Amino acid sequence: MEGPRYKAIGALKSTVIHAFLISVTLTCLFPLFWMVRCSLMTNQTVFTDKTFIPKDLHFSNYVQAWVDGGFGIYFLNSVVYTVSVVVGIVLIASLAAYAFSRLKFWGKNFFFGMFLAAMMIPLPGSFVPLVVLMNKLGLANHRIGYILCMINVGLSMSILLLKTFFDRTPQDLEDAARIDGCGRLGIWWHVALPLARPAIAVIVIFNSLSVWNEYILATLLLNDKTLMPLQRGIMVFQGVHSVDYPILMAGLTIAATPIILIYLAMQRHIIKGLVEGATVQ
Amino acid sequence: MSAETLTAQPKPRALVVKDNLKNLAFVLPAVIIFSVFYVYPFFEIFRLSLQSWDGISPTSSWVGLANFTELMRDKIWWSSMWHAAYITLIALTFQNALAFALALACDREIRMQRFYRVVFFLPPVLSEVVVGMIWQWILNSDVQGGQPIGVLNYWLTQMGLPQLVHHWLSDPQTALTCIAVVHCWKGFGWGFIMLLAGLQTIDHQLYEAAKVDGANSWHTFRHVTLPMMVPVISVVMILTILGSMQVFILIKAMVSQGLGYHTEVPVTRILLSMQESGRFGYACAMGVTFGVFLIGLSLASKLLSGKTKQ
Repeated sequence: MEGPRYKAIGALKSTVIHAFLISVTLTCLFPLFWMVRCSLMTNQTVFTDKTFIPKDLHFSNYVQAWVDGGFGIYFLNSVVYTVSVVVGIVLIASLAAYAFSRLKFWGKNFFFGMFLAAMMIPLPGSFVPLVVLMNKLGLANHRIGYILCMINVGLSMSILLLKTFFDRTPQDLEDAARIDGCGRLGIWWHVALPLARPAIAVIVIFNSLSVWNEYILATLLLNDKTLMPLQRGIMVFQGVHSVDYPILMAGLTIAATPIILIYLAMQRHIIKGLVEGATVQ
Repeated sequence: MSAETLTAQPKPRALVVKDNLKNLAFVLPAVIIFSVFYVYPFFEIFRLSLQSWDGISPTSSWVGLANFTELMRDKIWWSSMWHAAYITLIALTFQNALAFALALACDREIRMQRFYRVVFFLPPVLSEVVVGMIWQWILNSDVQGGQPIGVLNYWLTQMGLPQLVHHWLSDPQTALTCIAVVHCWKGFGWGFIMLLAGLQTIDHQLYEAAKVDGANSWHTFRHVTLPMMVPVISVVMILTILGSMQVFILIKAMVSQGLGYHTEVPVTRILLSMQESGRFGYACAMGVTFGVFLIGLSLASKLLSGKTKQ
């Protein structure tokens, strides 16, 4: 049945498919390669030299971006925001999700419905009253204010993912802990949290990506350069040094590298979480 | 009275209240943060949309629906809606077709499948600022010493196609399309992952059965794959619509020097009217109108996918 003609068609088909996939792969990778390449050139050569691998590589651009461009401060700010928001979300969301899944209390369905509704209703202009509120509370241009706002952004989705996870895990271990005299809070901390590790991994990764890449609230809430995270800092830098491309590209590389590394290390979780998150919705 | 009936007795009321409050404390941090930073702004935006307020003065005046009637006649607003719709249309067709084609190509025994999956999802994890900046540098149309600076125009001249050299981002005719294409570049990997996951849940026995019935690959695709994929496709479509209509950071990163009103989208209008014109009420009216529009759009596509399923 598998004659030579059949085989030839099969080979042709697989060549065409691979050619298609490889061309898209190159389109994905080239801009990143170009960013890194241009970050290693001087202000003169970046405009004239178009060879793929230039002769002289200027790694000093990174020092200049880090120190003079202010990317060092922006980077540290991004780290501080990402870590605090993610820790906050994991603690607050897991407490709430545990209660929604296991405990009984008044208004449970109402509160849960509230979080659910928030994910269904897109509200593109809600940052206007939010900024007004932050100004009133004196939390604008303040680290804490930005962190609280970002915790809120990730909260609904995280609660939903964790609650679905708790609903699917058996209660045996928690019952055993209760018989041993463990309180609610103790069960949450010693039993539920460690059990939920796979779901928490997904939450940590997704919220890290979203906080690290966040731009709009950082723009509206933070005016001091010493408080700005990377995404905001890049725009400020570009507004001032619009033609300093090597330094700008070095800054972009600084902003993109951590996220790419996290992604490469965690891509299994990311792909799994993405699919799960969408099916939950 | 036996021991059993004793335990079945209802707990004392004080204990029930205490129990409830203790349990409620678990959700309290989440509920408080959510109420302050989501629920309050949610209602406040409706109230502000009926006011005229500059964001600073302690008093604001009630103007009823004046903001909305003004918005209905605001030509720039409607052209910004059209721009977002144009980007969305390109994302719905081009980006999702590409994502689906790639997912179909990867849904088989193929070498390097993991590699492709990792690479295609790389653009979606990058920030819009980074993506926009890289692309505005690639698409740069300035010339130095008779030679294009941007690598795209440089290649076009090198390949003997100087007639295609173009002011990609400073020509109003092409700026929006370039933005839409970069938006697709950033987004297709995400649709690809979702669609591939959907394809992999389809039972292979269905394909075998179709083969036995003598269906060719087009028929199998049309009558087995597509119907099974309707739920996933509709999720991808709705999320594409919501994401593309609200695009704006990419635009800010790509066309910083401003192109008049040619690259305005609803979110940039809201920001502008709030930050530069100081018209907070008007900005909120835009937000409400746009939000209602988006909800209508996603409901409509849900209905549509429900219909095609039958």
